[in-house]
Amino acid sequence: MTDLLDFARGPALQFSLAVFVFGVVWRLVSLLFMPRLKDKSAIRSGAKPTMIAAVAEFFRRMLPKPEFAKRTRFTTINGWVFHLGLAIIVLTFAPHVLFIKSLTGLTWPALPNIVIFAVGGVTVVSLILALAHRLSSPVLKLISTMDDYVTWVVTITPVLTGLAAASHVGLRYETLLAIHILSICVFFVWFPFGKLMHGFLVFLTRGEMGAQLNRRGIKL
Amino acid sequence: MLTTEQVQIAADKFTALTGGNIAPYLEACVHCGQCAEACHFYEATGDARYTPAYKLVPITRAWKRSKSPLSWFGLGKTVKTEELEEWQDLIFDSCTMCGRCSAVCPMGIDISAIVAATRQAFAAAGMGPEDFMQAAENVRTKGSPLGLTSNKLVDRLEWLEDENDMEFPLDKKGAEILLTVSSIEMMKYPDSIVAMGKLLDHAGVSWTFSTKGYEATNFGFLSGKMDLAKLGVTRIVEAAEELDVKTVVIPECGHAYGVMRWSGANILGRKLPFEVLHITEFLADLKRAGKLKLKPLKGSITYHDPCQISRRGGAADAARYLLDDFAEDFREMTPTANFNWCCGGGGGVQAMASATDLRHKVFKIKMDQVEATGADTMVSSCANCRLTMDESIAHWKWDHGLNSLVEVMAENLIE
Ligand code: SF4
Ligand code: SF4
Repeated sequence: MTDLLDFARGPALQFSLAVFVFGVVWRLVSLLFMPRLKDKSAIRSGAKPTMIAAVAEFFRRMLPKPEFAKRTRFTTINGWVFHLGLAIIVLTFAPHVLFIKSLTGLTWPALPNIVIFAVGGVTVVSLILALAHRLSSPVLKLISTMDDYVTWVVTITPVLTGLAAASHVGLRYETLLAIHILSICVFFVWFPFGKLMHGFLVFLTRGEMGAQLNRRGIKL
Repeated sequence: MLTTEQVQIAADKFTALTGGNIAPYLEACVHCGQCAEACHFYEATGDARYTPAYKLVPITRAWKRSKSPLSWFGLGKTVKTEELEEWQDLIFDSCTMCGRCSAVCPMGIDISAIVAATRQAFAAAGMGPEDFMQAAENVRTKGSPLGLTSNKLVDRLEWLEDENDMEFPLDKKGAEILLTVSSIEMMKYPDSIVAMGKLLDHAGVSWTFSTKGYEATNFGFLSGKMDLAKLGVTRIVEAAEELDVKTVVIPECGHAYGVMRWSGANILGRKLPFEVLHITEFLADLKRAGKLKLKPLKGSITYHDPCQISRRGGAADAARYLLDDFAEDFREMTPTANFNWCCGGGGGVQAMASATDLRHKVFKIKMDQVEATGADTMVSSCANCRLTMDESIAHWKWDHGLNSLVEVMAENLIE
């Protein structure tokens, strides 16, 4: 079984990271280099510099305005829970910290395993709730595409396989670890092709919206 | 039934329209559904079809199939006849381009801009509600969607002069201000025109109407017929240049303001040679300069924000500044200003008979909002909102008053 682990750690990870990096850069570059219409309307006096407005809008949209908070409460809170959960697991689980160090040379303190387990559990529940919402809300059912479901599967699988590997349940540790790494490889490969790209596109869209609101003097 | 050629024209147009300003939006939707909660059509009906993100489907499909970075996989679905037919009412009848969905969208997607682009593709394929598309064509043949030709304008102005014992300057070279009109006002609410004239005269403004560039509404833009949009903008620009005015004032019409102020230069292809102000902005400037003397306004009132002036236009404060110290009992709606609900008739929806029932349903949201304030009267600064709301008021036999801001101001001028 070390063969499988070697494969996962070696060629599979390298390949998937290459697809991830190339794919993300390709999609971003092809969008950024598209011809754009320059707005010729007269900017409202008192507008901020565009870049500042774009960055401010990125942060502002992290929470809904009070006018919408009640109506979007579940999506907002649940969205925050699984995004934060994923970030905590990816960035602060001791083996991940080591892995990132081996890849980039950068390091930081890890959180205790028990905390990571708890966060992992909460994240899984949150992702399941997100799917249940998607399958039960008429609005979400209507607008969902295959991408949404594939993305859900490739997102929850590494969390589940990671929890299994870290708690040594079922198979041998090496096998579990190999499966976990392979599930991450699938995540990396899918990333540039599906809606996971929103992790990068969000900078463009919120920025563009912020620039437009600023130009018009609209304070949302 | 659409022909294959029509579908191809629409598909090509979709592709041509997805430049760098729109493409990231089409790729970024995470299908979270939050925009539904902001859209009055969903709010009023509970029908998931009205979800704003769903309105993006045709253009997104065309984009993914033909131009997106992933298109070479050839996996995207092609735009189909049935699809275009199925989406027509979503793109026209049930989107007022109010921008409320974009205010809630966590990705910051400009849905109304995408609907505007989608309308262009539908229009190119010969689609769109017949009455509405005809009203847009009237711009070419009659100078205005409601058939307000230049001659009719002169006739109506003369009639209003006689009725009100006042004079309207027309084609006055060297005036500082070119005042435009909405044909909705001229045909249905001429008192608004009189009110604007009185307010400007009271403040000693040097202003004029023009027989060449008078129609402020831009049905070309709303219908997706961009040649007509350009014609509308050009008429005003040429008139303003000929008369050598510094400022073009847009009357009480939200979309007229939105199009001229924020899209006019882009449609024309060059910067506008004048400043564009909505009448509320212009009056606010006059008030700031101490040139408006008004008696206090009696009775309780609330203000309906035209979407294109507040949420999409950035001028929500102007009306409030005018009402401040003037309205004795002013009550804000909840939500208000940039988050206020749409009247249901923007984006040309007012001119689509097929959307009548839907508009009435949407107006119930406004009725609830107004009733919650306890105010007797609602005022607004858009003749299109006013017409939409007047029709729904009659439909529901609602007992609250509706008025125009310029009219209540003119009625309370200290002569
Ligand atoms: S722009 Fe307004 S009407 Fe159109 S989808 Fe968005 S919220 Fe609904
Ligand atoms: S709120 Fe924005 S991201 Fe969410 S479904 Fe609507 S358009 Fe898409």
